[in-house]
Amino acid sequence: MTTVRDSSYSAVMARRNEILSQALGMDYSKFERGGLAFDYEAMMDETGFSLDQVRTVQAETGVGNTPLLELRNITELVRSLARPGKGARIFVKDEAANPSGSFKARRAAVSVYQAKQQGYPGVISATSGNYGAAVASQSCMRALKCIIVQELFDGRMVGQPEIMEKGRKCEAYGAEVIQLTVGPELFYVMLLLLEETGFFSASLYTPYSIAGIETLGYELAEQVVADCGRKPDMVVVTHAGGGNITGTARGLRKAGCEKTVVVGASVDLKGLHMASDRDFNRKSFTTGHTGFGVPFAGWPDRADVPRNAARPLRYMDRYVLVHQGEVFYATELLARLEGLERGPAGNISLTAAFALAQEMDRDEVLVVQETEYTGAGKHSNAQLTFARENGIVIRRGDPAENVPGRSIVIPEDHSQITARDFPLDRLRRSLVRNAVGSAGVDKITQADVAFLIEETRASRDLVIEELKRLDLPIC
Amino acid sequence: MEPRASIGDWVQIERIILRVGERAPQVPEDTQATPLISRVKGFALQEGAIGEEMVVETVIGRRASGRLVAIEPSYSHDFGGMIPELLPVGGEALQVLRDRGTAAGDKEVSQ
Ligand SMILES: Cc1ncc(COP(=O)(O)O)c(C=O)c1O
Repeated sequence: MTTVRDSSYSAVMARRNEILSQALGMDYSKFERGGLAFDYEAMMDETGFSLDQVRTVQAETGVGNTPLLELRNITELVRSLARPGKGARIFVKDEAANPSGSFKARRAAVSVYQAKQQGYPGVISATSGNYGAAVASQSCMRALKCIIVQELFDGRMVGQPEIMEKGRKCEAYGAEVIQLTVGPELFYVMLLLLEETGFFSASLYTPYSIAGIETLGYELAEQVVADCGRKPDMVVVTHAGGGNITGTARGLRKAGCEKTVVVGASVDLKGLHMASDRDFNRKSFTTGHTGFGVPFAGWPDRADVPRNAARPLRYMDRYVLVHQGEVFYATELLARLEGLERGPAGNISLTAAFALAQEMDRDEVLVVQETEYTGAGKHSNAQLTFARENGIVIRRGDPAENVPGRSIVIPEDHSQITARDFPLDRLRRSLVRNAVGSAGVDKITQADVAFLIEETRASRDLVIEELKRLDLPIC
Repeated sequence: MEPRASIGDWVQIERIILRVGERAPQVPEDTQATPLISRVKGFALQEGAIGEEMVVETVIGRRASGRLVAIEPSYSHDFGGMIPELLPVGGEALQVLRDRGTAAGDKEVSQ
């Protein structure tokens, strides 16, 4: 006899851990070390895959081995602004060449393989982004059923064009797509579906997902060495939930690139609330923005897994922000100067790279770590037309004058593209506070302090100072 | 006459998941004032008019029920309109390269 379970919001959320442990096929509790700490590397090792094995799994479904292209004309444009001897060579890793059109295919490949190995009948993922198409495509290749849950509509039932396109792509691969109005209860809907179907939870934030991205960092290191005879000096990564930067940086380290500067880049959407119905359709970017980038760096364990394998502060050497108008401008440069028409999010790191390369020496190598496909809904014209329909002013001028949700300012000149450093210490302090807050501890051990230093790569002094502010005894 | 879906038609249905008042506590005020609505597509397992309750079988064989909102729903997103503010960007950048005497600039003969 089956028992009918209470499907109210509070009841389902109360049994989330039970549902997730069934759906993730992994016992996360064994990585906990008491207090605040958990063993991150042990969790990452739990996949049991070496980087070579991940490459093999990905090759089976045509994932990875994407071209590395030199952006000679954009580099030349950078040098028109740089001081003598400055202006690094810019390359881009053309991740749009993956089966589903973005690097997300790497993440999905390992998760879906794992779901198949463990005998799950299907996979579920809650994602409004490229990851949905990636999971749908990989599931199709491995003959698993797939459900994607998207946050698509505002309260007027008007859909974000870019997310509509991503939904269409999922359906093209035979996935069932459940489309919701704005709200974090997306997670609740996913839990209900996991319970109903017994499917695998192909979360963006599992060790499988991150292991899948390591090959991206590893490949690009190999390609730069082959093409330029040196290791990449800087890699710029579009940053949102933090998996992209975490996996790429781990791959770079595995390729021996300890000195490569790893930079996260997000588009600045300051002032727009992520769960707000009103703000939802005033965003012209659906990922790679500060609405995800800042909170996920300051506290990764806010995702649909007990412990997030994406831990950006462990890997990020710099975090820079760009304005919306600059990204649309850089998207034009990529198409018109390089003959590469690519989608919006990857071009966030390209925009930052345009500014950062000016500070670097001419013989140095900067890699823009991804592109993504473009198409209806995802295109600049689609996004800007939609923005206008939602009352946002589009004009040319100084991009810094933009007000997210009100105006987008397209640069008048390439010299107006800048990358503004976001203080990492602010994120580090935030992580310390969040780690303490979520663990609910009333004292801190030396092991906790050591863990927080590892998590944030902050000085001991910063960690101790922040703990003192919280009035917690350290023993 | 109201359009009706026949058995086997590809349709879209809608369901209220959480009513106003049942939303998660952390949801901001403007969102609290709206219900959480879900839409899904599938093959109609019964006949019905727009607005009527029905059961569908989704593409993966799952059953779902809700109010009929569309029969043979299509994709409506597109490439948007022309954006005059973006149009000149490529030509301007190419002019910079032309002024520097690089090959890429030479290629382009006009804006
Ligand atoms: C094309 C593209 N680039 C970058 C990102 C950001 O990746 P992450 O969320 O892992 O930081 C995403 C994910 O949303 C994406 O789809």
